[in-house]
Amino acid sequence: MRKFLKRFYLAIVLFFLYVPIAVLIILSFNAGKSRAKWEGFSLTWYAQLFSDKAIMNALYVTITIAVLAAIFATILGTLAAIGIHAMKKRPQALMMTLTNIPMTMPDIVTGVSLMLLFLFTKVERGYVTMLLAHITFDTPYVILSVMPKLKQMNKHSYEAALDLGATPIYALFHVILPEIMPGVITGAMLAFTLSLDDFTISYFTTSPLVQNLSTLIYSQARKGIKPTMNALSALMFVALLILLLIVNRRSNKAVDKN
Amino acid sequence: MSEEPRMIHLENISKEYNGVTVLSDINLYIRKKEFVTLLGPSGCGKTTTLRIIGGFEYPSTGRVVFDGKDITTLPPYKRRVNTVFQKYALFPHLNVQDNIAFGLKIKKMSRGEISRRVDKMLDLVNLNGYGKRSVESLSGGQQQRIAIARALVNEPEVLLLDEPLGALDLKLRKEMQLELKSMQQRLGITFLYVTHDQEEALTMSDTIVVMNAGHILQIGTPKKIYDEPKSAFVARFIGESNIIRGTMVRDELVHFSDMDFACVDSGFGENVPVDVVIRPEDLMIVGEDIGQLTGVVKSVLFKGVHYEMMIDTGDFTWKVHSTTMQPAGSRVGLSVVPFNIHIMRPTKEDSAK
Amino acid sequence: MMDLHLPAWAIWVMLAGLAVFIVMFIIILRRNHGVKRSMFSTPYALWMIIFTIIPCLLVAYYAFTDANGKFTLDNFISFWDSNHEMNKELANLGFDPAAMGFTRGMVNISTLVYSLWMAFLCTVICLLIGYPAALFMAERDFKLGATLVTLFIIPMWMNFLLRTIAWMSLLEDNGLINTLLVSLGFSRVQLMYNNSAVLLGMVYNFLPFMVFPIYNSISKQDYRLTEAAMDLGAGRMLTFIRVTFPLSLPGVVSGITMVFMPAVTTFFIPRMLGGGNTEMFGDLIERTFLTANNWNLGSALSLIMMVLILLSLGLLRKVDPEGEGGSMI
Repeated sequence: MRKFLKRFYLAIVLFFLYVPIAVLIILSFNAGKSRAKWEGFSLTWYAQLFSDKAIMNALYVTITIAVLAAIFATILGTLAAIGIHAMKKRPQALMMTLTNIPMTMPDIVTGVSLMLLFLFTKVERGYVTMLLAHITFDTPYVILSVMPKLKQMNKHSYEAALDLGATPIYALFHVILPEIMPGVITGAMLAFTLSLDDFTISYFTTSPLVQNLSTLIYSQARKGIKPTMNALSALMFVALLILLLIVNRRSNKAVDKN
Repeated sequence: MSEEPRMIHLENISKEYNGVTVLSDINLYIRKKEFVTLLGPSGCGKTTTLRIIGGFEYPSTGRVVFDGKDITTLPPYKRRVNTVFQKYALFPHLNVQDNIAFGLKIKKMSRGEISRRVDKMLDLVNLNGYGKRSVESLSGGQQQRIAIARALVNEPEVLLLDEPLGALDLKLRKEMQLELKSMQQRLGITFLYVTHDQEEALTMSDTIVVMNAGHILQIGTPKKIYDEPKSAFVARFIGESNIIRGTMVRDELVHFSDMDFACVDSGFGENVPVDVVIRPEDLMIVGEDIGQLTGVVKSVLFKGVHYEMMIDTGDFTWKVHSTTMQPAGSRVGLSVVPFNIHIMRPTKEDSAK
Repeated sequence: MMDLHLPAWAIWVMLAGLAVFIVMFIIILRRNHGVKRSMFSTPYALWMIIFTIIPCLLVAYYAFTDANGKFTLDNFISFWDSNHEMNKELANLGFDPAAMGFTRGMVNISTLVYSLWMAFLCTVICLLIGYPAALFMAERDFKLGATLVTLFIIPMWMNFLLRTIAWMSLLEDNGLINTLLVSLGFSRVQLMYNNSAVLLGMVYNFLPFMVFPIYNSISKQDYRLTEAAMDLGAGRMLTFIRVTFPLSLPGVVSGITMVFMPAVTTFFIPRMLGGGNTEMFGDLIERTFLTANNWNLGSALSLIMMVLILLSLGLLRKVDPEGEGGSMI
């Protein structure tokens, strides 16, 4: 009985979390535009989706920014983590504080401060500024994913490589990187999803001419979201779900191997 | 050993970290084919010395000379030495074979040559057929052997070993000690070995360098260091010993425990305070009436080959090793021959309590 | 393909910066002192100075200056008294604002107080719902626990604006819930455009941030501790109160941090679910910058927000010095 109550409780909480998502997905198959009435099953919104220029543009911006920001942040963050890890205590603490600032700052303050930077330097806001902002908030997450792997590493691994004749760059690519790879991948994925989902910071660092999906939804929110948007988000949700399954499958395999 | 040429020479090496001196004025040379052990408690600077030779740290002052060339600031990958690290530092993402081949691949050796040499090394460390195994699937002892193979395959002129047996259990450690020693003699490579285990040092080394607090206290053969420790610290660190405050009355006569004892040391001056060191096995238990000292047996412990007894003579409790047991509470006499009384000047940092 | 919209000098600066990075990198790798890996973090340090430190300094600069770039504390006074600027204008024109009935304006302060209150409520509700959920999932004999935690993450992948809008289609006057009620013979209920709707949206969005850290800190505990407590005669309840709960406190603290911080600055949710009736501090900052176009006041509000967050973080760090249980994924 006690067990049943616990499971029941969890089921209710999860139900609460999934209701809006289920509603979104169901509405994407609704033949009508109504948000409340079921007017029959149809795939019209999915068909229309690919001819909706605004949505397709926003999708392009969202995905390219997420990919580019994840790549840049992963390179910048991985190098930084390796460097910070090798530092002495004082500078290390300083760098970690620097890393924690953007993570503790509310998104809106980060967005506003970056907007001020671009306004102050008279850099017109658009694609590039949004990309720069995304790299900025992604990188600390990469560092925090890579750091634990570096700490787990035998602290003499790098020295062992040099001892066996490896130059620092050879040791970096053949010893350090392979060992911290799981952390680098986690960091890259985290950066990608954070960037994909960001609204607040993008909103302040782009212009109305360059929209990602979030800012597009925001601009449409008052007029009412088109069901095509529901169709798109249902598709993206499924895509991410599949991605998660693949990653899990792979990491499970890796665990089995050992 | 003295006929072999000098391989490594450390000249006036000092090392500071943030104003803390960890090595001060180290002078040491290592000859070809010699087995040298740096021995000392943790924090004495032995590992730092090794790391300076390996090229992982640079000395604050002084020079490292290798085969007549100054290599003080040469990076590790350009030095003809290899290291066996504490806890091995095997690369977990590579299998046994690739770990051993790591250095050879960097040298762009042909594939056939690499696999020939790897097999030869696996043979040397008795791990034939383990090439494809993942290093994490190996036991501590096996990982240890792979770490040694990985270093030796590069045919270094000097092999540096940083407490390589520290993580192994006692039985395995004894086996590996003998194996390492025979390997060193067979291959004719210079070994520089770091340990805090005095027994390990005594078993394996040609030369022992005793260090403490960044200084070298004594350099010598194991026998010389055991029999003639230069200071109370060395005596206490190497083997077990009784150390008591005494006064040198004059040459060859020392006073301690309210008694005058004949000894063989001289040159200390007259009525000078000294430390007196007597090894537990050098104290003989004799009849109460004929002993130089008399005392009560406080405790008895069986140590396998001998008994260890703590004998209280009123002003001092002596540790005595003997093959015959005296029951606790009995009164016994103790005597010691002059040759076994070691006199040393008390030093500030390591005077006896 | 796309217009960069950058002035020429910005492109030159970026290219020069890139060149400096590359040259530095090559120098570092060529140097004999190859052991100095710490230099690898130089590009990141420069990046953070340009895109985090300088922007923060800019916020401070704007907060302490007026539109002409002169030092002033007016922005902070305006925060305290939102009629300050207007009253000053009136006084300049020779009127007495007090006599005209214009007193202190409470808009900014009351928005802040309202935001803090809503964030507090949201945190408490998340804790009350989230703690039991985390506890049940972390039970050792519950095999599905780890999978269920993933189920808590997945909803966050749906765009949060869309999820909030989905709540609108549930709560609207013609929404699903009301349609259901009507078809069952009840009368319509006004579900949207009030505090409860805003709170619902916030709890919905931030609940997972409460669940993960608590789940982490409970599932990390050595199960033998509870066995030891029971062995020593403590019942289920006492074991929980004396052992499990105190040990999960670091997780609770970081959960509170991770919910409260973003909740105070929530933006969008109140606008959608609260209609025009409610405004939170995040919306106020946004409106001040983009609608009122007052960068100086907006910066002052941001600065106040930042200081508040830093202060409360400092307080929390004292409770949870290791910051453990903070890892989300």
